[in-house]
Amino acid sequence: MAKEFDDLDGFELTADEEALLEDLPGLSELGEARRKFLGQAAAMGIGSLAVNLLAHEQLFAGLDLAEETVFTPIAEENGVAVTLKINGAEKALTLDSRVTLLDALRDRLGLTGSKKGCDHGQCGACTVIVDGRRVLSCLTLTAQCEGKSVTTIEGLANGNALHPMQTAFIKHDGFQCGFCTPGQICSAVALMDEARNGEASYVTADVRGKAKTIQLSDEEIRERMSGNLCRCGAYPNIVTAIKEVHTGKPIDTVAWQFVGAREEKDAAI
Amino acid sequence: MRPFKYTKAGDATSAIKVVSATETSNFLAGGTNLLDLMKEDVMRPTELVDVSRLSLTQIKSVNGGVALGALAKNTDTANHPLVRQNYPLLSQAILAGASGQIRNMATNGGNLNQRTRCSYFYDTAMPCNKREPNSGCGALEGVNRNHAIFGWSEKCVAVYPSDMAIALAALDAVVKVQGRDGKIRSIPFADFHRLPGNEPEKDNNLQHGELVTEIVLPKNNFAGKSYYLKIRDRASYAFALISVAAALETKGNVINGVRIAMGGVAHKPWRAFAAERFLAGKVANEANFRLAADEEMKAAKPLEHNKFKVELGARAIVRALTMAMNGGREQAV
Repeated sequence: MAKEFDDLDGFELTADEEALLEDLPGLSELGEARRKFLGQAAAMGIGSLAVNLLAHEQLFAGLDLAEETVFTPIAEENGVAVTLKINGAEKALTLDSRVTLLDALRDRLGLTGSKKGCDHGQCGACTVIVDGRRVLSCLTLTAQCEGKSVTTIEGLANGNALHPMQTAFIKHDGFQCGFCTPGQICSAVALMDEARNGEASYVTADVRGKAKTIQLSDEEIRERMSGNLCRCGAYPNIVTAIKEVHTGKPIDTVAWQFVGAREEKDAAI
Repeated sequence: MRPFKYTKAGDATSAIKVVSATETSNFLAGGTNLLDLMKEDVMRPTELVDVSRLSLTQIKSVNGGVALGALAKNTDTANHPLVRQNYPLLSQAILAGASGQIRNMATNGGNLNQRTRCSYFYDTAMPCNKREPNSGCGALEGVNRNHAIFGWSEKCVAVYPSDMAIALAALDAVVKVQGRDGKIRSIPFADFHRLPGNEPEKDNNLQHGELVTEIVLPKNNFAGKSYYLKIRDRASYAFALISVAAALETKGNVINGVRIAMGGVAHKPWRAFAAERFLAGKVANEANFRLAADEEMKAAKPLEHNKFKVELGARAIVRALTMAMNGGREQAV
């Protein structure tokens, strides 16, 4: 590959790309190597993309990024100062009033475990635990979290020791693509407390009963986890993983297998 | 989302003062509906006054009934012993709505103020008299499977989405609101929400800046025989096609008192007064439940795609009353 690029050293930029270069004062100061990169990129038909990339790099080069900061806007409109605890560590942020907790976690604090699925409270991929309760971070303004304590998927493990719910999801294959998994696990972890506290659900036979620790049936787990969608359809394994942690009793994994003679016989018409 | 000024309210009075002063200012409580509508550009407040930390979170006994703080979370309300034991219908209705995560965020006052989920209301490229007065109604002759069969107008055929409010309608709740003069006024639940008429942009009868502070449930004898039935396209985490909150009080086999409210059928929680009148003093059996349901459905005016709601609604009333008679079970024990 390198040799092919070297052959393109003399490649001419198009008029458009020259114009883009003109619009970027100081780009020439980025050095010959980058100019060369631009030329090579132009040869591959991705010249404007490369100019954009360099422009961003130049923009970031001028910013004094705080530790752990992934992106700091240059100025906030309607700025709000918020201090909150994320996974046990206190964080002080100044942000635009519109920034949701999900965006603050992902874009300001670099905690990209919580996922933006629908961003409208319909999928549960952004579920985090705030003051002990599972909530949707996409419908929570960071400004509302002053003084609150947030636990994300990144905060569940103790060093290299996974949270039992994480272990159970792995053991029972409670995911395929994994996108919904951080939300599923945060939701399931908080659900364990809800069951211990005896909170009722729509499928609880009689809500009149006094709240006491409940044993969750599969139906109860499904109802209580209905706010977490999984497009891969890993639901049966998710239920098994949650049941294992909830009961504290190991459940055998169901190994995938080809149909045997018996099933073939049953299927014969 | 458009820019807005965010402030935290110190107390109810100052919050009301701030919101009252600007037409485009809104209260923010759980935010589960408001933030979504702001992301969709359906609601465009220039200022949000966060009331979620006000102390209106208590749930307590009052005159034999129960008072629910407007800022108590849905989860806490549904699980409070006073509610579970005396108003299981309300617990069931709350738990039938949304998801565990959303119920942990949503407040009682916010629930009453949530907006319709009509897809034409949500789609800013479509006409909608509720979102943009006098722009027309996309649903009237559009896709209206989920829409109203009772009380709609040419201006709006949207339905009210809450489950909690359907139970509150059946339980004859009273909504207490504080106005800009600092005074508290009481609104009977039946008068809180509105039918669309010529002003579908108004969901309820609150004045701008009025804050719901409390919902009061009067004492009743329905705890033993009540049931909230919700019928939807998927088993959980979906809005109702039809829901029925049913509560009965019987002497022997004869109906002493009955309350029926329906969701998914109108612009407000729909009290089935015709069915209630029919059942008063009658024997509580399935035949009478069906006659009562048919009586209620006489007033139904379905749209092109929701004719199924008439028969579904009648059957839902029968089933909800039957379940209520059995203490919420399929069959008597």
